[in-house]
Amino acid sequence: MLAEILQSLPQVLVDGIALGAIYAVIALGYTMVYGILELINFAHGEIFMTGAFIGVAMLILMTGMGWLAAMPAILALILVLVVTSILTGFMGVGIERMAYRPLRNSPKLITLISAIGVSFLLQDLVRFITEYKRGNYILTGPSMFNEQFSIKFSSISSSFSDAFFKTSTLILIIAVVIMMIGLDFFVNKTKWGMAMRAVAQDRETASLMSINVNRVISLTFFIGSALGGATGVLFAVQYGTIDPYIGFILGLKAFTAAVLGGIGNIRGAMAGGLMLGILEMFAAANLQLLTGGIFGAEYKDVFAFAILIVVLIFKPEGLFGKAVTEKV
Amino acid sequence: MNKLTSKLKGNKLAQIILLVLYVLITSLSLYLAQASVTAFLLLLFSLLLLYYTELPDRLKWLIAGVVLIGVIPFVSSTGPGYQSYMEVATVVGIYVAMALGLNIVVGLAGLLDLGFVAFFAIGAYTYGIFATGQAANFMPFGTFPLSGESFWIFILIGCFVAALFGVLLGIPVLRVKGDYLAIVTLGFGEIIRIVFNNLDKPVNITNGAMGLASVKPPEIFGYQFVYPNQFYFIVLAILFLVILAVRRFEFSKIGRSWKAVRENEIAAQSMGIHLVRTKLLAFAIGASFSGMMGVVFAAKQTFVDPTSFTLLESITILVMVILGGMGSVPGVILGAAVITILNLQVLTEVTNYLNQLSLDGVISFPEALAPAKMQRFIFGAILIIFAIYRPQGLIPSKNPVFDEESLKEGSKKHRKEKITVEPDKGFQA
Repeated sequence: MLAEILQSLPQVLVDGIALGAIYAVIALGYTMVYGILELINFAHGEIFMTGAFIGVAMLILMTGMGWLAAMPAILALILVLVVTSILTGFMGVGIERMAYRPLRNSPKLITLISAIGVSFLLQDLVRFITEYKRGNYILTGPSMFNEQFSIKFSSISSSFSDAFFKTSTLILIIAVVIMMIGLDFFVNKTKWGMAMRAVAQDRETASLMSINVNRVISLTFFIGSALGGATGVLFAVQYGTIDPYIGFILGLKAFTAAVLGGIGNIRGAMAGGLMLGILEMFAAANLQLLTGGIFGAEYKDVFAFAILIVVLIFKPEGLFGKAVTEKV
Repeated sequence: MNKLTSKLKGNKLAQIILLVLYVLITSLSLYLAQASVTAFLLLLFSLLLLYYTELPDRLKWLIAGVVLIGVIPFVSSTGPGYQSYMEVATVVGIYVAMALGLNIVVGLAGLLDLGFVAFFAIGAYTYGIFATGQAANFMPFGTFPLSGESFWIFILIGCFVAALFGVLLGIPVLRVKGDYLAIVTLGFGEIIRIVFNNLDKPVNITNGAMGLASVKPPEIFGYQFVYPNQFYFIVLAILFLVILAVRRFEFSKIGRSWKAVRENEIAAQSMGIHLVRTKLLAFAIGASFSGMMGVVFAAKQTFVDPTSFTLLESITILVMVILGGMGSVPGVILGAAVITILNLQVLTEVTNYLNQLSLDGVISFPEALAPAKMQRFIFGAILIIFAIYRPQGLIPSKNPVFDEESLKEGSKKHRKEKITVEPDKGFQA
């Protein structure tokens, strides 16, 4: 049994890192908003989904106009990524302005309900725009970056088999790493990043220090949503087919990743996302083997939620978070 | 208009006469024009009017009973639409009971549960498995399917099993902070659905995505319940018990501690309320209502499969609670009725109407915009609008106001000897 697991391990790692990178960037959006507003932004998964749709729509449009063939594919992708992230960024700001800001002083339950409302509204909005335009709400993007590569793990040791990946996986991982490093630099080294950390720590005191709290919150939503939207495009390029309901479950798992890494902790979210992605791929590949065929790969979602529950019971502050005691 | 309402206010006789007139007119119009959905809805609307009259509570219950047991089944019974009306009324009853269960969790105890339909699924599968041949796959004794007479016991069993799962879910989760609860219950709802969807191997328990077909209908003394008009009375009876229970709970000690926990956990704890136990009780009681109705649902549909228990269902029940008013029993009943009728009747009717129009070439109407598909949009909009503009819902919940003086009077009368209260010396120093 162990030999079989080892055999598939390289492929599991490659797939797991690709999936984990997506979880990590979405988890960033959750964790930033939670750190600053103490609100689970349920709509974040939908922003990711909208980003995927905007990206695919642009790619289809560009193919239709013949631009995609005219310019190098990587340039086209960068263009799409930038435009999509700006659009979804403003969408995030708008959502905050319309649905969360009026409720900032009401009970948390009410804000959560509003967030769920936004999430459902967005799902259906995207569904009917796509269905109206295309007659079908499941979209398949133009295939890009499909060249297969393999890493010859078998040359290291015969107990491994080779791992295969596409160019898009490589692009995905590189883009995610750039986004993470950029965000980390922004939050830790710039003036606006410092303002964000100050607002997350204590909103009232920050406003006394002449920080424009509303603007900082808007900025947080902009960055989180822009990153989420860009990840949506990468997701669509990597996995091909998208539908308006991908955001919810994926968002849920990304939230799990955020909790795993310690909510409110940006580096924790990155680590948590990667861990969850690898664990999930491992479960999908090996659950059947490990349980003697009782549980199959269809239980991989259950596995992710089980991780969430276990973390919440034993280490609710997450792997990298600090335990906070509530002051009365 | 204002003059009219001010005249009506305080005049009970006029209110009764108007109500009876209204019921008579709507019943008559339903009786004569059987195909009219509007008349049926207007007749149901009389119950809301009844709520706003100033009659004594007992009389209100009596009138509501007469309308629900006598008038509605009778006047709709003669036409071809009878079973469909009764079907709508039965489904409304099922959702009202579930919304009342969720109301205890969300409205009274302030715990956001986004996987509430899981308990409904558990109730439905509890009966579904034993009332089909499915149980023979794993039960070492007994002959299956059980006869329809076991249905009545299964209402209780479904209630207990759902409550048990409520507690099992609650024990690990309720120790963590409030907002995580929403996510975990969401996950739980999905887990239950995935598990039911895949539990056809290694032992075939739920028959997987195929679902359980031909569930035995309920039976008592050889009389079988097959049609919606028969289930209507079962649902009505259970609903009566549920409403009674909710009213009793709301104003009892446990109900007050739920509200205290909702307002401020730490303050409640310092008043000696056991946090985890109080929350668990809310979870268990809320889940048990859902479980009971799950059993009825399985028997009514005679078919159970995992697609009936999606996230959309959970959110639908949540919308009912938010729309009606969190914590308010009449509000939640109204919310559940409005949303269910919107779902079953209004949206499909409007879609048919628009389709007809576009067939006739009056307007061109894209299929994608069909209102029957727009549930998520409508529910999402309702959630946002009510959260921002009217968080207390259509009928806000009321707390009984006690007159301090009369309470003191009352307690003085009960006391044998007079107790004098001295100011606490410690605070004066």
